[in-house]
Amino acid sequence: MSIHRHQISRRSILAGAAALGLTSTLAACGGSDDDSGESSGPVKLTYWSWAPNMEKVAAIWNKKNPDITVTVSKQASGGEIVSKLITAKKAGNAPDLIQVEYQSLPTLVSNDVLADISKYVGDVKSEFSEGLWHMVTLGTDAVYSVPQDSAPLMFYYREDLFKKHGLSVPKTWTEFAEVARAAKKAVPDAYLTTFSSNDPGLFAGLAQQAGGKWWTVDGGGKWSVGIDDAGTKKVAEFWGGLVQEGVIDNQPMYTPAWNQALNKGTHLAWVSAVWAPGVLISSAPDTKGKWRMAPLPQWKSGDNITGSWGGSSTGVSSDSKHAEAAAKFARWINTDPEALAALVKYPAVYPAATKGQSVDILTTPEFFSNQKDFYSTAATIAATTAPSAWGPNVQTAYTAFQDGFGSATKAKKEAQFLSALATMQSKTFDDMKKQGFEVTEA
Amino acid sequence: MTPLTLTADATGRTARARRTAWVPTLVLLLGTLYCLIPIAWVVIAATKDRSELFSTFSFAPGTGFLDNLGDLTDYRDGIYWQWMANSVFYAGVGALLSAAVSAAGGYALGRYAFRGREFIFKVILAGVLVPSIVLAVPQYLLLSKMGMADSYWSMLLPSILSPYGVYLVRIYAAASVPAELMEAARMDGASEWRIFSRIAVPMMMPGLITVFLFQFVAIWNNFLLPYVMLADDTKFPITLGLYTLLAQGASQPALYTLVITGCLLAIVPLIALFLVIQRFWSLDLLSGSIKS
Repeated sequence: MSIHRHQISRRSILAGAAALGLTSTLAACGGSDDDSGESSGPVKLTYWSWAPNMEKVAAIWNKKNPDITVTVSKQASGGEIVSKLITAKKAGNAPDLIQVEYQSLPTLVSNDVLADISKYVGDVKSEFSEGLWHMVTLGTDAVYSVPQDSAPLMFYYREDLFKKHGLSVPKTWTEFAEVARAAKKAVPDAYLTTFSSNDPGLFAGLAQQAGGKWWTVDGGGKWSVGIDDAGTKKVAEFWGGLVQEGVIDNQPMYTPAWNQALNKGTHLAWVSAVWAPGVLISSAPDTKGKWRMAPLPQWKSGDNITGSWGGSSTGVSSDSKHAEAAAKFARWINTDPEALAALVKYPAVYPAATKGQSVDILTTPEFFSNQKDFYSTAATIAATTAPSAWGPNVQTAYTAFQDGFGSATKAKKEAQFLSALATMQSKTFDDMKKQGFEVTEA
Repeated sequence: MTPLTLTADATGRTARARRTAWVPTLVLLLGTLYCLIPIAWVVIAATKDRSELFSTFSFAPGTGFLDNLGDLTDYRDGIYWQWMANSVFYAGVGALLSAAVSAAGGYALGRYAFRGREFIFKVILAGVLVPSIVLAVPQYLLLSKMGMADSYWSMLLPSILSPYGVYLVRIYAAASVPAELMEAARMDGASEWRIFSRIAVPMMMPGLITVFLFQFVAIWNNFLLPYVMLADDTKFPITLGLYTLLAQGASQPALYTLVITGCLLAIVPLIALFLVIQRFWSLDLLSGSIKS
């Protein structure tokens, strides 16, 4: 409850009390709340997800659990599903189960969209790494969702081109800058990679690695916003410097031009997450078997820290009339070995559950057939993921990022990278204040 | 149109009118190119397979159209065609109902004198100025209170009343249904309903078709209303369905080839509709200019 915004906390406490009353009444009736509505027929759950082929995983569950059927409804990802959920919640129509990105969790919790399911799934904590579990509890006693996939950051590079131009794989960011310069010298029309002003998620991951803590909340529900903290400043300065120098491209990612740069080899590397192979298949189909993955460069040599870019979890909405049944499904899909194998096979996610990261379940991606130890390396890297600190208005910060860094990358000025970061900080802080949170600037 | 312009110009400026007007022609040609190039891009891009899409020259045809078509049909057991059917249903039925309501409303406002007529008309006129985007969320909350959110009704009901349609039909009715004709019909003992359905509606037909077409295109292209209203992806129209193919999260590749092929197929019904209905439309314009 503590992270709720101030003005609604009384109402949510009342709602919580009412919910508690309700469940205890139901418990007194002796049954689970699954059959509270109609006593006959199976429980029908709806599940909003954007991952492709999620319905195939749900089909396995439906076959084994005829009394609880889950229907997947595929939605758009990112900010879209969040705003749709908040609107649906206002009308009392939120689905039972929701795929939630880690960074959207605080937003959804502060809008009362997610139910606390700690009493149903509290004991699965040991299945996940501490950092991941922290993200779904937001550091409270409540549990708002069950982790589904994690997305540790890594360094992907073109093995063939690195060899051809005598480039070595950078272990630190200092080396990374040197490689960027060397690459530019070796192939004047190519870049090592780009700094994308369209992908705040990647920037957030890099900041996370550098020790940035964008949002923190204390036990009393008091937030502090530290987007322009020392760690994040270091990251913005570093990339801004390289862009200004002209050795790192300034074009956004996920555009046709970017696809072409990857496919033609005018980008020699990509800082991305564990899911990169799936993107490369469609973005750079001609480069199959030419890539290799290595740990993310470090700020201090000898360190072993990475950030993450993306990743999601399965939550139960506070509108659900079958919270227990829904929580059962959320637990199954993210911890059951059969479900984990299906998650790997169909939506092709990198499971968050520690046992899902074993090589028995994951087979080397076809696109990386030259790197047999892809997933064992990935598991080692995943274990070094720094905890992330998300807040209730990530979308505002992300929009400010796209605006500010959009013009900074265009201008190719390091100073503008830093002023964009300061704007991001002030916009996010002001927005939280306006929304009624008790908040200070870190 | 051309003969009319000529007769008008015959009063003394014939020579000037016959000379080819290069500047306007050039401007129009540029405009045509500007509108057609994106369509040409879609047509050509739909023929490219995944590896050709971003690597070959934009206007060089690819080799994968049939594969793309097959992939699109296979995608989630052919849900694309379900979306197509939904779009046809929402746009077809919605536009039909909207044209019917506009016909009745516009005719009443245009041909009957009653107290408050101007007030009602002005309210409707104000409605023309309110973008439908603004109304989507309130409409969602209202329909959801009635238990109709995420149903076919939630898409049809908001599209039935088109202020612009009522406005258009009122103007059209006032111009095309002569009061003398209505008088004569009344003398012959026709009921008001009979006058409306047998005399006014056929005379207003070109105007009604215009309303139908406008509304059809508006519903077909609508994104925000279905986005807010619908949760069940088997009820999605094409616009929303294709969007879910693009926004699959950063970790999933956007299915560009499928979306482009899907877009191409989605404009086919619109083009077909325009070609079929165009006859009525040009008739409308011609008859209008002759009368004045």
